[in-house]
Amino acid sequence: MKEIVVISGKGGTGKTSITASFANLGAENIVVADCDVDAADMHLLLKPDYQKRETFYSGLLAEIDAKKCIECNACFDVCRFDAIDKKPSHYAVIKLNCEGCGYCEKVCPSEAIKMKDNNVGEWFISKTKLNNFLVHAKLGIGAENSGKLVAKVKNEAKALAKKNHVDYVLVDGSPGIGCPVVSSLSGADYVVFVTEPTVTGIHDLKRVHELVKKFHIASGCIINKCDLNEQVSQEIKDYLKEENIAHIADFPYDNAFSKAIIQGKTMIEYENGKFKELLIDSWRNVLNKLK
Amino acid sequence: MKIAIASGKGGTGKTSLATNLAAFIAEKEEVILVDLDVEEPNSGLFVQGDLITEEIQYKQIPEWKQESCTLCNLCQQNCNFNAVIQLGAHIMVFPQLCHSCFACSELCPTGSLPMVSDRIGKISSFKKGNILFFESRLDIGQEQAVPLIAQTNERIDSIDHISMKIFDAPPGTSCPVIEATKNVDLIILVTEPTPFGLNDLQLAVDTMDAMNKTYCVVINRYESGFDALEEYCIKNSIPVVAKIPNMREIASLYSNGKLFYHIPEVKNALEDIVQFIRNTEL
Repeated sequence: MKEIVVISGKGGTGKTSITASFANLGAENIVVADCDVDAADMHLLLKPDYQKRETFYSGLLAEIDAKKCIECNACFDVCRFDAIDKKPSHYAVIKLNCEGCGYCEKVCPSEAIKMKDNNVGEWFISKTKLNNFLVHAKLGIGAENSGKLVAKVKNEAKALAKKNHVDYVLVDGSPGIGCPVVSSLSGADYVVFVTEPTVTGIHDLKRVHELVKKFHIASGCIINKCDLNEQVSQEIKDYLKEENIAHIADFPYDNAFSKAIIQGKTMIEYENGKFKELLIDSWRNVLNKLK
Repeated sequence: MKIAIASGKGGTGKTSLATNLAAFIAEKEEVILVDLDVEEPNSGLFVQGDLITEEIQYKQIPEWKQESCTLCNLCQQNCNFNAVIQLGAHIMVFPQLCHSCFACSELCPTGSLPMVSDRIGKISSFKKGNILFFESRLDIGQEQAVPLIAQTNERIDSIDHISMKIFDAPPGTSCPVIEATKNVDLIILVTEPTPFGLNDLQLAVDTMDAMNKTYCVVINRYESGFDALEEYCIKNSIPVVAKIPNMREIASLYSNGKLFYHIPEVKNALEDIVQFIRNTEL
C-alpha cells in the first residue's frame, strides 16, 4: 500500500479538485483521506454516505467547580494563556483560550479544577459516489490539535486500505507548513504539489517544499493555470528542475474547475476534453513514480 | 480600529483584499498592515518598502540542568504535552511539543528546568508611503503558529500613533485563526461564489459566532451562477459589503505581485468596504 499526499502551501490552487479527480480515476483502488480538516471540502464533490461517525477527543480542557472555588487567584496567576476569567460571581475557564496544560489544576488548593477530555471534532468513514472509501473529519469550532485529527484520519485511512487490500491512500493535505501539514506528510511515499504561476504560488511552494525535504519524500508538481503568467510559470519550472521535483503536468487557466464544483462534479465527470486527458496522464505519471 | 481579513477556505483573496485595502486607505491616511499568516506570509510580495526593523522571535522552553536534577520525574508527570520525558538518567525536552505553560519549570522542586528562549520566527517591519507594514514569518520546521501570532499582536498593540490597523489572517477555523482575530473590532470574511466557498464561509461564521465577533462578508471573484452563497448571507443577516468581480486582468496583476485597487470595479468595492468600516466604528 502506497500513500500519496497532495499539498499546495497556498490555498485555492485547485488541490481538492485535482485530488477528487484522481479519486475518480483510481476508484475502488483508492482510500481517500481528507486531511484538510480545518476546511474540509472533499465531501462536496465525492458525496459520501457517512457509514460510520465518531467523536474525536484530543487534549484536555480545564473546568472550574464554582462551589469548590475559594477565589484564591492561584490559577489566574499561573495561566500563561489568559484562559481564566475572573467573573464577579466566580472564576471560570475561557474554553477557546485553554490549551489544556493542567497547570491550574496542579496549583489549585481546593481541588476545584478538573481536566476534562476535549471534544475537538468528529471523523467519518464513508463510501463515495465513485466507490472509493473516504475518511474525513469535521474539526470543532476553534479547536486545537488539528494535527492530531489529521493523524487520526490518515491512520484510519491506512487501516481501511490494508483491511480491504486497497493499493493507494490518497491524502488531500491542508494549506500552510504547520502541525496539520506535518501530520499529513509523515509516512507518505510521494507528494504531489499543486501550484499556480503567481508570486504567492511559487513563494508558498518553496516553503512547503523545504518542509517536504526534511521528510526525504520524492515529489512531483502540477502547475495549474499555467498560462496565467508565462514568466512565473518558467520560474516554477526552473525551480522544479533545480530541486529535482518531477514536473507532472501543466493545466491551462480555465473556469471549468469552478463550474464543475458548482455542479458537485469532479473534473472527470464534468468534461470529456483537455482536462480529462491531462488528469488521466497526470495520474498515470504519479503511479509510475511509485513503481 | 483593528480589522482582520479572514476566510475559512484558503486562496479566496485574503491577501489581495488586505493589501489593496491598505493601499487604498493609505492614499488618504496612515495605516498599519500586518501579515499574520505566519506559515505562508504573502502580503510582502505586494507591499514592498524600506526595511525598518527585524526582530527575531522566541518562545520559552525548559532546559534541563543535570547537576541539580534529582530525577524525581515530576516534570514528566506535570507535562500534558509529552514535551518533557525522562529516559533513564536523562530528561529530554522536545521543543516542538512544548506549549510554554511553564508548569514543568516552576513546579520543579530543585529548579532544574529553567525556561530559555528558542527561536520560532521573525517579525520585520517596512515603510512605504503611508503604509507601515509588518510581516511575521514562522521558521520552517516550527509547527506552532499561535505563539508567534500572539507575539506579533502584542508588538502591534504597542503602536498607538496609527489607529487604522489591518490584519491578514491565516486560513482555516482552528487555533491560529482564533489567535489572529480574537482582539480585533471587525472581521471581513472573504469568500468566493462556489460550494467550497460557501461551505468554508459557514465554518468561519460559526467560529466568529462562537467568539462573539462582529463580521461581514466580501465576495471575491464574483460572477453569477451560484446563488446559494448570497441566499445564505441574507438568511443569516450577514452583511455582504462588496463584490469584487472575477476578471482575468485582476488575476494577471496578482500573479505578478501587483496591486489592483485602481481598477474601477475594485475601487468601488473598496469604497463600500471603507464606508462600512467607518459605520462600524461609530
